[in-house]
Order: sequence, then structure tokens, then C-alpha cells
Amino acid sequence: MAEPILQLRDVSLSFKGIKALNALSFDVERGEICALIGPNGAGKSSLLNIINGVYRADSGSVSFDGERFVRIRPARAAHLGIGRTFQHNALFRHLSVLDNVLAGLIRHSRTTLIEHAFGLGRDRSETRAFGRRADEIIGFLDLARHRDRVVSTLPYGVQKRVDLARALVGRPSLLLLDEPMAGMNQDEKREMSSFVLEANRSFRTTVVLIEHDMSVVMGLSHHVVVLDYGRKVGDGTPEEVRRNPDVIAAYLGTVH
Amino acid sequence: MSFFVETFIGGLLAGVMYSLVAIGFVLIYKASGVFNFAQGSMVLCAGLTFVTMRDRGIDFWLAGLITLTIMVAIAIAVERVVLRPLVNRPQITLFMATLGLSFVIEGIAQIAMGASVHELDLGIVDTPITVGEVQVSQFDLVAAATAGVLVIALSIFFNWTRVGIALRAIADDPLAARSIGIRLQTLWQIVWGVAGFVSLVAGLLWGARQGVQFALTLVVLKALPVLIIGGFTSITGAIVGGLIVGASDSLAEIYLGSLLGGSVSTWFSYVLAVGFLLVRPTGLFGDAPIERI
Repeated sequence: MAEPILQLRDVSLSFKGIKALNALSFDVERGEICALIGPNGAGKSSLLNIINGVYRADSGSVSFDGERFVRIRPARAAHLGIGRTFQHNALFRHLSVLDNVLAGLIRHSRTTLIEHAFGLGRDRSETRAFGRRADEIIGFLDLARHRDRVVSTLPYGVQKRVDLARALVGRPSLLLLDEPMAGMNQDEKREMSSFVLEANRSFRTTVVLIEHDMSVVMGLSHHVVVLDYGRKVGDGTPEEVRRNPDVIAAYLGTVH
Repeated sequence: MSFFVETFIGGLLAGVMYSLVAIGFVLIYKASGVFNFAQGSMVLCAGLTFVTMRDRGIDFWLAGLITLTIMVAIAIAVERVVLRPLVNRPQITLFMATLGLSFVIEGIAQIAMGASVHELDLGIVDTPITVGEVQVSQFDLVAAATAGVLVIALSIFFNWTRVGIALRAIADDPLAARSIGIRLQTLWQIVWGVAGFVSLVAGLLWGARQGVQFALTLVVLKALPVLIIGGFTSITGAIVGGLIVGASDSLAEIYLGSLLGGSVSTWFSYVLAVGFLLVRPTGLFGDAPIERI
């Protein structure tokens, strides 16, 4: 079996004495959809923030694609191929959908500032290629109707898709989704699930997602990691996790 | 009537030059959320460097090129030495840093090149042109045209290119922008470099008009009402704000000056700005800051 794309080893993080993550270790295999579940405050978002460099772990290490780091900057993480979406839509609200998506391609630009400013050399072909890739993703996520709208004017569910498009357009090898279906109704959740699944299949993108809706998690993921108070209480296939007594205790409370 | 038109046009032309200075502020404000107090020092530094080289007989274009190189070098140094260590600090910290920076730049520029007033001749003839009954200063026309072209080029650059998208992305959500791989440091260097270029043009135009001297740093004070009226986050706002300030200043000077004992233009735009702060605190084109709860 190939080396896991993401390996976490004894990752700990605390905020002013409160342990958000406690010696957490697990692997994410290449090409899988891994769900992080657990009650609010279990440390799920903190973990995503460590993987893409928003937070720095107090101890432990993260290996991504064979590269080990304790501290990485978010821009560097993106350049290595880690994409992410945000729990509260962190879109560029004054920009159109197209510009939001194009922003996700900026890191792939190979032209110099001078070339770009004057449309010289490779710039024209690069600009055309970027436009094509952006439109491809916009079509893929069924956003063509909204392409030139300013995102702050779009409904919440559509904004969530724009966030996904912006992350996906740069073809990340690892995609971190922080509650991509929060606040959606059943239809929208089903639609979003199919987009995530489709991205995973057609682009071979490894996905780590945080989700609360268990039916979504069970239907979508190959691998489930359960967190509770910053510790790992379950790690396995959806079936295994569902039968795990610790997980049941964490979710439903222990029988006294 | 022709007198009114003459005053009005003269004011608008002066206004374009205010816009030019204000745009330097807008760019840096958008990229790093800070009012760059050192902008005036950059104008002085650029003007002084250029005029010193001209006095020693260096060719016009070569002097311009060398000055530009120095301004870009300053931009990169500022990002490395001042801004990078202060990432994620409160805005007031950054503001104080630019205040300190203004003293450093002014100090070094004057140690190296002296504090005397230099005359700067850009080779533009300053005889008035007469159109119908209206007389317009030829220098003002050329200066306004130069500033206008620069303003338009910058708006196009920052509205239609990837640098523009990156700049607006950083302004909207810095964390999300970094998470998709936009490098804050590179963007800051570009924006400060462009602000340095704008300072150079402003330094030459203002320097040619009133001599290259320490008072050039005071153009900052004129940019403040422009920004308050137009909005801190909009290039369009800087243009419109500059025109409003220029036109209203010169009209007020003529029509209110005699009533109030003169030099109305030194304070009129500030009163106007205070009015805007009361009615429309974000300026004509600025964004209301939204705090996430």
C-alpha cells in the first residue's frame, strides 16, 4: 500500500491552558474521503487549521505528501497542494464568482509581473488557460448562471459551492472542507455530497471533511475519525465507527 | 460666468494631482489596512533624489529610472524590515510603524541630499492657453493629463489583472486569501513599489510647481480630506474625491475668500470632510466595515 498522503503524529494544541487537541495521531490514505466527526468543541476545526497552517501545533508533527512539518504558512500549504473551505463562508464578497474562482488559480501563475501587466510572452496563453479552468469548475459545480454575480448577493447555499469551486480550481491533492453542508436543507446537502464525491472521483482529490449530519457522513466517507474533547475516540470505516462503544458514549452519553 | 468656469477648471486640474497622491494611500490601505503616514516622505524622497541627480547633470530619463529603482528598493526594504515582523498586529501598530518610517525616510533623504529648496524644471512651458474667454495654465493641463493617464492605468491594472484580484481578495478576507496561496509579502512589495512609483510622479509634478522642499511631505495633509470624501478603499473614490476637493477649494477661495478674509482653500476641504464624516462616514465609494459576530 502507498504511503498515506497525510500523517498526524501526537499533535497537541491548547488555548490558554485549555487542551483543544491532545496527542492526536491518525493517517489519511491517498484518494479517500475522510470524515472528522465529534461534538462541538471537540477540536475538529482546530485540526484543519493546523493542517493548513492557520494554527501552529504545540507539539507533534504533520506529514503531507512525504514532507514533515510542525509549522507551515497557509500560503505555503496551498502551494504544496492543500486546499480548504471555511465554516463561515470566507469568500471575497465584493468579487464576482468568476473572480473568486480565478483567485484560486493565482498561485499557479508562472508569468512575471511585467509580462502580466503588459500582456507579453506567456501571459496571454496563461490568462486564456486560467479562464478555461475557472469556467470548467464553474460548470462542474453548476454555477454558470451565477458566474458574473458578486458573491455577497448570492444565497448561502450557492456561496458554499463558490467556496468549494475556489478551493477545487487549483486542483489540490488534499482538500479540507469545514462543514461544507452546515445550514443546508436535505436537497442541498444531497447535491453538495454528490459534488464532493464527484470531485473525489474525477480529480482524485483526497478529502478531509467535518460534518455533523451522520447520514451524510455514513453515505459519503470511506474513513471516519471521531474526536471528543481533543482526543481520538474512534478511527475506522463508517461501519466500525458506528459499532464502537466509545463513540456511542461520546455521542449519546454514558449509561450510568 | 467665464471667471467661474476658469476657477472651476483650475480647481479640477489641481484636484487630479490630489487624486494622484490619494491613490498611493488607497493601494496601501487596501493591501494592509493601514493609513501610510510615510506617503508624503516618499513623495519628498522621490522628488529630492530626482532633482539632486538633475542638478548634477544626469539625463532626465536616466534620473527617472534611477529614482524609480530606489523607490522600488525602498518598497521591498519596508516590506522586509517593517511590515513582515508586524504581520497580524493591530492596525494602530502598523500605523505607528509608518509614522516612524516617515521620519527615517525624511531624515535619510535630507542627510544624503540636503535640506535646501531645489528648483525643478520639467521642461513644460507655463504660458496660459486661452479657449474662448477661459484661460487655463498649460502646466496644470500637462500635470493633470499625466496624473490622469497614471490614474486610469492604475485603475485598469488593479481592476483587471490577477494582481488586482489578489489585492481585492486580501482586502476582503486576508486569511482566506492566504489559504488559497496568495502571498501577502509579494503583494505588499508590489503595492508599495507601485506607491513608490506614484510618489515619484507626484514628487515631480508637485516639485515642479512649488519647488522640491520639505513642505512636499505636506501633500499628505491634502490627501486626507480626499480620502475621507472618496473613501479609503476605492481608487474611483480617490479620483472623485480629488476632483471635489480641488474644485471646491478653488471656488471657495474665490467666492468665500473675500467674505472671510482669504486663505479659505487651506481649510475648506477639511470642513467639507468633516461634513462627509457626519453624513457618510465611509466616504462616497468606501465600504462599511462589517464585523463578524
